[in-house]
Parts: sequence; structure tokens; C-alpha cells
Amino acid sequence: MNIFLQNALIAGIAISITCSLLGVFLVQRKMSFLGSGLSHSALGGIGLAILLGIEPMYVALPFTVLVSLLITLVNERTKLEMDTSIGILFSAATALGIIFIAQSSGYVGDAYSYLFGSILGVTPMDIVVAIAFTAITIAFMWRYWEELAYSTFDAELALSDNVHIRRNTYLLHILLAIAIVVAMKIIGIVLCTAFLTLPAAIARVVAGTFTKMTLIAVVVGIATTVVGMFVSFLVDFPSGATIIVVQSLVFGVCMVVKR
Amino acid sequence: MILQFNNVSYAIHNTAILQNISFEVDAGDFLSIVGPNGSGKTTLLKFIIGAKSNYSGDIVFNEKPIIGYVPQVKTLQKSFPATALELVVNGITSKWKFRISKENKANALELLEQLNIAHVASQQLCELSGGELQRIYLARAIVRKPQILLLDEPATGVDLVCEKDMNELIDTLHTEMKTTIIMVTHDWSSAYHHSNKLLLLNKEMVFFGTPSDGFTDTNLARTFSNMSDHHNVTFGLKQ
Repeated sequence: MNIFLQNALIAGIAISITCSLLGVFLVQRKMSFLGSGLSHSALGGIGLAILLGIEPMYVALPFTVLVSLLITLVNERTKLEMDTSIGILFSAATALGIIFIAQSSGYVGDAYSYLFGSILGVTPMDIVVAIAFTAITIAFMWRYWEELAYSTFDAELALSDNVHIRRNTYLLHILLAIAIVVAMKIIGIVLCTAFLTLPAAIARVVAGTFTKMTLIAVVVGIATTVVGMFVSFLVDFPSGATIIVVQSLVFGVCMVVKR
Repeated sequence: MILQFNNVSYAIHNTAILQNISFEVDAGDFLSIVGPNGSGKTTLLKFIIGAKSNYSGDIVFNEKPIIGYVPQVKTLQKSFPATALELVVNGITSKWKFRISKENKANALELLEQLNIAHVASQQLCELSGGELQRIYLARAIVRKPQILLLDEPATGVDLVCEKDMNELIDTLHTEMKTTIIMVTHDWSSAYHHSNKLLLLNKEMVFFGTPSDGFTDTNLARTFSNMSDHHNVTFGLKQ
């Protein structure tokens, strides 16, 4: 197998597992926009890094985590709905990113590579980071899935059973921000939302329990990544976009079949 | 004493929701809390279950009891993929289990059979009628064998047959299982029939004692003062 395809498959599968595990909570908590908002917010960090002449990931990671925490805090402390909090902070962060990039005198092509990613150009270090973070996500879910699921189902009942809803929500949003930064170098900012949303949405259409929804989302995430990658390689289409098209087709088929 | 409220007050943005509430519940008591809409009845229950904690005063438990809670307004996420059985198992485990054990499944099914609702066990919660959902919530509350059972308007949204079944079940839990019950209700006759203690509430405590002493025209006029002012309601009870 082509070494580029092999690396892309490993990184893609790792990211699809992470995104699917987190995505089921985003979809079920009606927060798909948070994935989109945070992935665009990361552009602010990348812009700042380019302006300062630092490796983009070093700035994008804390920047996106900070935006995620601020979104959660604004939602918690005001009467605003989550989508409004996301809209405010992601617009501000993206605007800052554009200003930083405009002020930069250096080469800005790097910023645009993060918009669309380069899954066939992943480095061994990207693979290590993706696999390590996937392991962290699985460990987190092993510990917190039941509490997160309970508070997603009914926050008030979960609170009455001493579930630490606030702490768990912050942890979930921090993990999501890190996942987006790890994923965006490989699949790009634009396609991050789809990776977080589509496998979980497909699973929601077909699953009758949240356990099945989680498992199906992971399987769909892996399968569509592998199929999309091979198709893109065979017909020479952009890999990330092909994966999303495959996921969209699967979603459409599931919708029709479930009717 | 199993539960005691000492001068409990609660306000939101300087608006008093509850003021200086003090009462005591003993093991085996059946306390009915009666009051108009917005009088703070549900808020009291949320203090007991720990869903709200920013009150002043003290709420003292003798020992931390096992509490079963049937909410009036179902705060569940309607689109959450879940079966009735899963919700009852949640009552046993206090978690949303990734995998349900055979033992928990058997226990939950046994209770659902006793309540004559085993046929909805594998149905999605969003497909259940209001009455079925209410009984599933009741099953969830009693499956954990609670020392205190909190019922918030248990007859809301159920038909007369279901209400009669639920009243019989509540009576059985109280008399045979010796479960302490705290019930929020608008239904005076239900409160009078079931309970040995009565709390009349209208943001402040109007009366706490036995139902036979508490249900007087004067007390009810004070409890439902806003209603009686506007509609000239009299209650036809002793003064």
C-alpha cells in the first residue's frame, strides 16, 4: 500500500474515532454548532502564531481551549442560549485571526492549509499525536460516558444523583477543543464539523439507545473514512471532501431506509 | 426525624421564592405540600434532591437517605434515544449504564410487570403516552427502594384509572413498605386521604400540622389568597 495512503488511513481512523465519540454528545446536546464554532475559532490562534512566527499548533491549542471555556462560561453566566454564545465568540476569534494574518508580513499560505487540511500529507508526528489523543479520548469516555450520558438525558435527575454536571461539561468542551486542533491539521477546519456531526447524526437516525448510538457512530466514522479515503485515492478527489460526501450519502440512505 | 427544614429561604434576584420554611418529617410520615402555582412547592423538593442548593437556612437529614423522585415537569431530553427499561434501570444504578446487567434488567422487568406496564419496556420514551411515562418515572423512583419518596403532582397528565392505580400503589408503599412520602399536590382530597402531615405553602409557611387541623377556610384562604381575592373563592370548610 502507498505509504501516503497508509499514513492517511491511520490518522483518519484515529480522528474519526475521537470525533465520533465526542460527536454523539454534541449532536444529542444540540451543540453541533460548537464544533463548527471552535474549528473556526482555531483560525484566530493560527493567525496569531503566524504573526508571532511560532509553530501554529502551539498557539492554536491554548487559543481554542480558551475560546471553548469562554463559550461555556458565557452560556453559564448569562441567559443567552448556547448557539448565541458560540456565535459571539467564534465570530470574534475568527475576526482576530483574519486581522493577525493581515498584519503578518511572512508567508500566510500555512494558514490556508489549515482550512482544508492535508490528510495525504500527514507526518509520523501527526500520527503519533492523533493516536495518543484518541487513546486519551477513549480513556475519558471509559470514565465519564455514563455520567455524560445521564446529564445529557436529564440534567436535573443527574444532579439529584450527584453527577458533577458542570465539571463534566467543562472537561467535555476542553477535550473537544483539543480534538479540533488535532484534527484540523489533518482534515482541515472546514471539514471538522462534518466529522463531529455526520457519524453521530447517522447513528442517531438508526439507533434506539444511546449506547448503540455511540457504537454505531464510531463504526460509521471508521468505515466512511476508509471508504472515502480509498475512493479519493482511486479517482483522485480531495480526501477530506470525499469522506464527507460518503458520510452524507450514508446519512441520506439511512434517512430513506428508516422512513 | 428523617428530614428537617430550619428557616429555609430562597430568593432569585432579590425576589423571595420561599421565606423561613421550617418543618420536620419523621420516618414513615406522609407529608402533603399544598399551595397555589408558584408558591415554591416544587422548589422545596428540588432542595431535598439537591438539584438546587443556593438557599439560606438548613436542611438536615438524619442519615443521607435513599431518595426516589417523580418530577412533575419531565425535564428529560425528548430526542434522547432511550427505552423505558433503561430509565427504570437508571433508578437502580443512579447512572446511565453503557451496558445493562442481566440482574438489573430482571429486577426492572419484574417491577414493570407488577405495575402492569411491562409491555412498554422496550419502547422509546418519546413514544410513551403521558400516563405511561408517569408510571415509568414512578417505577424508576420506587425500584431503588427509597426511604423517602418525593412525588410532584403525581396525578398530572394521567387518566382516572391510572390515577386510582397510582393512589393504591402509593398507599401500599406507605402502609406496607413504611416508605416516607412527601407529595406536592393541588388535590386537597388526595392530601386529606393519604397524609398524616400537611404543609400549606404560599412562599411562606401558612400551616404545618395534621390535615384535620390544617384544612380550614381561614388557612386555605391564606394559602390561596391571590386566587380567592380575584375570584371570591370560599372553601366551605370549618373556620
